[in-house]
Amino acid sequence: MTELAPQLLSVPSPSATPVEDRKASNGATLPSARIERPARREQMEESPKLTAEELSAWFGAKQVLQRVSLAIPANRVTAIIGPSGCGKSTLLRCFNRMHETVTGARATGKVRLDGQDIYARGVDPVLIRRQIGMVFQKPNPFPSMSIRDNVLSGLRLTGLLKRELAEGIMERALIQAALWEEVQDRLSEPGISLSGGQQQRLCIARALAVEPEVLLMDEPCSALDPIATARIEDLMHSLSDRYTIVIVTHNMQQAARVSDQTAFLLMGELVEFGATDQLFTSPHDVRTEDYITGKFG
Amino acid sequence: MSTWNHNGKGDPGSRSARRNNGRQTDPMGVNRTGRSDRFDARGWRRIGEKLFVWACLAAVFIPLLMLACLLGDVIIDGIGRLSWGFLTSPPSRRAGSAGILTAMVGSLYLVGLTAALALPLGVGAAIYLEEYGRRGRLSSFIETNISNLAGVPSVIYGLLGLGIFVRALGMGRSLAAGACTLALLVLPIVIMASREALRTVPYALREASYALGVTRWRTIRSVVLPMALPGILTGAILSISRAMGETAPLIVVGALAYISFLPRGLDSPYSALPIQIFNWVSRPQQEFLDNAAAGIVVLMAVLLALNAVAILLRNRYQRRLD
Ligand SMILES: Nc1ncnc2c1ncn2[C@@H]1O[C@H](COP(=O)(O)OP(=O)(O)O)[C@@H](O)[C@H]1O
Ligand SMILES: [Mg+2]
Repeated sequence: MTELAPQLLSVPSPSATPVEDRKASNGATLPSARIERPARREQMEESPKLTAEELSAWFGAKQVLQRVSLAIPANRVTAIIGPSGCGKSTLLRCFNRMHETVTGARATGKVRLDGQDIYARGVDPVLIRRQIGMVFQKPNPFPSMSIRDNVLSGLRLTGLLKRELAEGIMERALIQAALWEEVQDRLSEPGISLSGGQQQRLCIARALAVEPEVLLMDEPCSALDPIATARIEDLMHSLSDRYTIVIVTHNMQQAARVSDQTAFLLMGELVEFGATDQLFTSPHDVRTEDYITGKFG
Repeated sequence: MSTWNHNGKGDPGSRSARRNNGRQTDPMGVNRTGRSDRFDARGWRRIGEKLFVWACLAAVFIPLLMLACLLGDVIIDGIGRLSWGFLTSPPSRRAGSAGILTAMVGSLYLVGLTAALALPLGVGAAIYLEEYGRRGRLSSFIETNISNLAGVPSVIYGLLGLGIFVRALGMGRSLAAGACTLALLVLPIVIMASREALRTVPYALREASYALGVTRWRTIRSVVLPMALPGILTGAILSISRAMGETAPLIVVGALAYISFLPRGLDSPYSALPIQIFNWVSRPQQEFLDNAAAGIVVLMAVLLALNAVAILLRNRYQRRLD
């Protein structure tokens, strides 16, 4: 048992890796359910916004996440990278309980938002999703709605919209999503009349209008051209003042540009999680190194 | 000079090369019209394609022509009888003063009631099967059976209606029994069209809605249904047309051919346009046959009007979505 302890302390990757100092550098990742952490941790770092503890996920009988544990700091951009099919989207979708909307999909373990387990019994996933917004890979504004109605759709469909506040909320969300300048004269036009990049920012505005605390983005730029991508990246940076952002990307340059923390996922396992600079310049795990130097993936 | 044999048979240099002899070609194989022989548009392939297009055109026009002949014949026979009086009189033993009022109003009531019963039920069933039901053996069993039901002869529905609504539920030969029977008849059509329509709504939009913290039911109501509406309306159009024209099941469940008053309620006896027409057609006198022709014209007109309304509605929604 004593031999096992260091491994439990580090990222939950049972396969041995030659790198020695993983557990020290990954201090931030370790809220293991089994190990009592001393109060020292509270002094060392601010408490995380979102934590996963021993999170596993399945599609039917196929396990796609293997006991992932990590802690995502508040008001930072955290990137999740890894080869395609490694479970990045699944991990992201477990964070706001979207995973279970797929038939046959389930998850075990804990995800804590501000310390509260969102998978606990009696927690309404619908309410969780209002706190943790999501932007998808392909821009998906509601085709039947105008730009204005798209932004307000979340509040309207949840019955939370007060009519006298609508215009202000819409304008603020569009300004936050850096779209206001471009659409303020055409708010009544259909949302799908916008360009791809504008549609994606519209989707961001739509997510922000509900006033979430965390914003999850699943490869938000992969359908966009470089200029639109740059705009969204700038946006992520400015939004991180007020929101905790988790972005999935298969583009390592993008992860390096936008994120403060990076998690590397491989075949459903969290291989490494740490400060972006450190992870990209001196990774602790050989698999991370192989991946970021382009040896596979 | 090499020439591609583009009709796919024979050895190169046989037919196309010979055909080429009479024409002046420059060294690049391009003749004076500027066309390369490699891409010459003439040949058997071309003729075959022409023949196919003509065959398709014929397939379109032959039924259209027959329909036009039929309609023309009916209109010529019936036009003399069409008048305001014909539309506003109840049936009579004398052909000259017989009218179509009770049958027409009966049909409208019947179709309205049928739609009111079948649309909510059918759309509800489609929503359950498509949005809530689990994919599995049961679901595919239900699916197969619904499409089988759509092919069951209508007389059988009449017998079913007779057994259930007229006798067991004691509705008698009432408007309600007729409407319930027709609703049963068109239900599979409504369900299948609605499921098809629901399936065309991209899953990404449902996800977008869920991710905003919208409940499943609200997502269906406010995101999915509005987008599926054009398709659902198409189902409604089909079912209305079907209900309007059905005769056999109504005969079985006891619609009356001779009735001199308008339906006064759900339990009232009733008539319907196809029943009235059927009745007139089976009389020997020419005058009644003319009445039948006029009745057919009215039935067609009402049907087209109903369909037009539904199509207009559908196009309005479709435009809003595109
Ligand atoms: N709806 C689904 N049903 C079944 N398997 C799925 C589904 N979505 C994803 N998977 C599988 O789960 C694994 C992880 O998928 P995903 O999280 O989408 O990977 P990534 O986003 O890293 O490319 C993949 O092997 C994929 O095939
Ligand atoms: Mg993905």
